Amino acid sequence: MKAVKIIAIVLLVAFVVIQFIPVDRNQSDSVPKTDFMLVNDVPSDIKDKLRVSCYDCHSNNTQYPWYNKVQPVAWFLEGHIKEGKSELNFNEWDALSNRRKASKLRSIIKQIESGEMPLASYTLIHKDAIFSEEETKQVVKYMENLKDSL
Amino acid sequence: MKNLKMNIAVMLLLAVSFTNAQEKEKMGHKHHHDKMMNMKSDLKSEAILSDYFNLKDALVADDSKKAAATGTKLAASLKAFDTSNYTEEEQKELTDIIDDAMEHAEHIAKSDIGHQREHFKTLSKDITDMVAITGSKNMLYQQFCPMYDKGSAWLSANEEVRNPYYGSRMLKCGKVQKTIQ
Repeated sequence: MKAVKIIAIVLLVAFVVIQFIPVDRNQSDSVPKTDFMLVNDVPSDIKDKLRVSCYDCHSNNTQYPWYNKVQPVAWFLEGHIKEGKSELNFNEWDALSNRRKASKLRSIIKQIESGEMPLASYTLIHKDAIFSEEETKQVVKYMENLKDSL
Repeated sequence: MKNLKMNIAVMLLLAVSFTNAQEKEKMGHKHHHDKMMNMKSDLKSEAILSDYFNLKDALVADDSKKAAATGTKLAASLKAFDTSNYTEEEQKELTDIIDDAMEHAEHIAKSDIGHQREHFKTLSKDITDMVAITGSKNMLYQQFCPMYDKGSAWLSANEEVRNPYYGSRMLKCGKVQKTIQ
């Protein structure tokens, strides 16, 4: 019983200590000129959907809810954001060549259609990020038109 | 007087044949130069093609692990590609192609077979566009499967169709769309 108490105290202390380790937050005040929404004429409902469902991990600006500021959740999240941004950063969209834009759009369509994106670990908490059938159709259609117009 | 006429005629003839010969030499030289350029770049683009064919064969054999390993090799060959022998316009196009192809090769290196095939489709387009600029020392066959993802093409060194998008499920589905020399 005493051992359990000691372990609990150690864990609690560790939990408090890791809160003081600084993390680089993915936050930025300015939106670059190359942003997907700025260079494309995106309908407002699609804009909102992309912001809520994609931009947290695929842009330079994450909307952090309080629990994502608590360690070790924040570390887990930072890893995802880093990976997400390296695959696709909507803020840097226009820096891509047309060939790469077409490739990215193809992947976006495939990932949304197959339900691989947004990640299940993300929609578990962000229920509003889930794509309804209607939203999937709408966004996929928009992305396909965009790809054909390149 | 007659002599003078003859002289002028002979001189004219000489002049014409001399310019002709010079022209020919110039053309011969240019031809030689072009060939040299192709030879040099061939080595790098041929290495890319060879890796691409190994990747295609792995997908035909439904071998995801081997496809991943060849994806890594292909990414390295793409990275080693040198565009400096090409015109400015070609360089820009090639850089775009290589950048895109590299991303697909890297994804193939870390994905399951379904994703590998998705990326292979776009990669095939990139490699086909590359060959249109660099050429190839061997005859290539552009093949086409009308079923996969609303129709998808790939390149092969053999005329015989072996489908990389379906593998054993539909090994011989497809046809030769065109030959590329």
